[in-house]
Amino acid sequence: MDIQSTEYKRCTVIMASGRIDGSNAPDLGTALRQLNANGIYDIVFDMSEIKFMASAGWWVLIDVQKACKPRGGELVLAAVDKGIRDSLQLVGMDTYFTIYDDVTAAVGSF
Amino acid sequence: MKKTRKFNGGLESLGEVCDFVTMCAKKCDLNETQVYAVQLAVDEAATNIVEHAYRGRALDEFEITCEELPEGFQVVLRDRGQAFDPASIPQPLLNVPLEELRSRGLGVFLMRKMMDVVEYEFNPEDGNILRMVKKKGR
Repeated sequence: MDIQSTEYKRCTVIMASGRIDGSNAPDLGTALRQLNANGIYDIVFDMSEIKFMASAGWWVLIDVQKACKPRGGELVLAAVDKGIRDSLQLVGMDTYFTIYDDVTAAVGSF
Repeated sequence: MKKTRKFNGGLESLGEVCDFVTMCAKKCDLNETQVYAVQLAVDEAATNIVEHAYRGRALDEFEITCEELPEGFQVVLRDRGQAFDPASIPQPLLNVPLEELRSRGLGVFLMRKMMDVVEYEFNPEDGNILRMVKKKGR
């Protein structure tokens, strides 16, 4: 899984591609926690190139959200695949994230 | 259609598992939403085999059989690891404040949500056998 991050004036966009499962979710967690370690808590996760996410990936996002929210920041999601979004909604986990249709809207929200 | 394949019992097999069940599910004319449901349920089940039944011993194999039934698509996962009954995992607490969310049990919960049938049996000779069915047209 390739992970890239881009800093903007008010937030940082992190992008990954492929599938996120138990084998590589820790890598995503490391990348996101590194942002937190650098004092970055306003984060957009660009999911436009992710077509599958298992629960291991969701928990990474939940843990990062737990780190961001108390510091006045937020992890928002952008361009979430329909299958991923449907499964998030099915178990009610979509309520923990603001989800935008595209990255531009997500960046503009900060 | 009935196909069986063996996989190494490590997390690196999850991508191959997904490719295999996706190919089989599409041959059974499941729609896109149903195929994703199968992918997610089987990924969670295979992750449980690796992490709980085999406890990371990647040299052990597990086996997946996909079969088209009159009523839908059946996936059977077999492993020879320690007994792991999904029903023994408590349902996760969802719809709680963010800080109270705990990770345990979501995979099993998802399997039940995504599939129409989830049955488990264990015997010392055959190990763990997990059967899941996704019905067509739902």
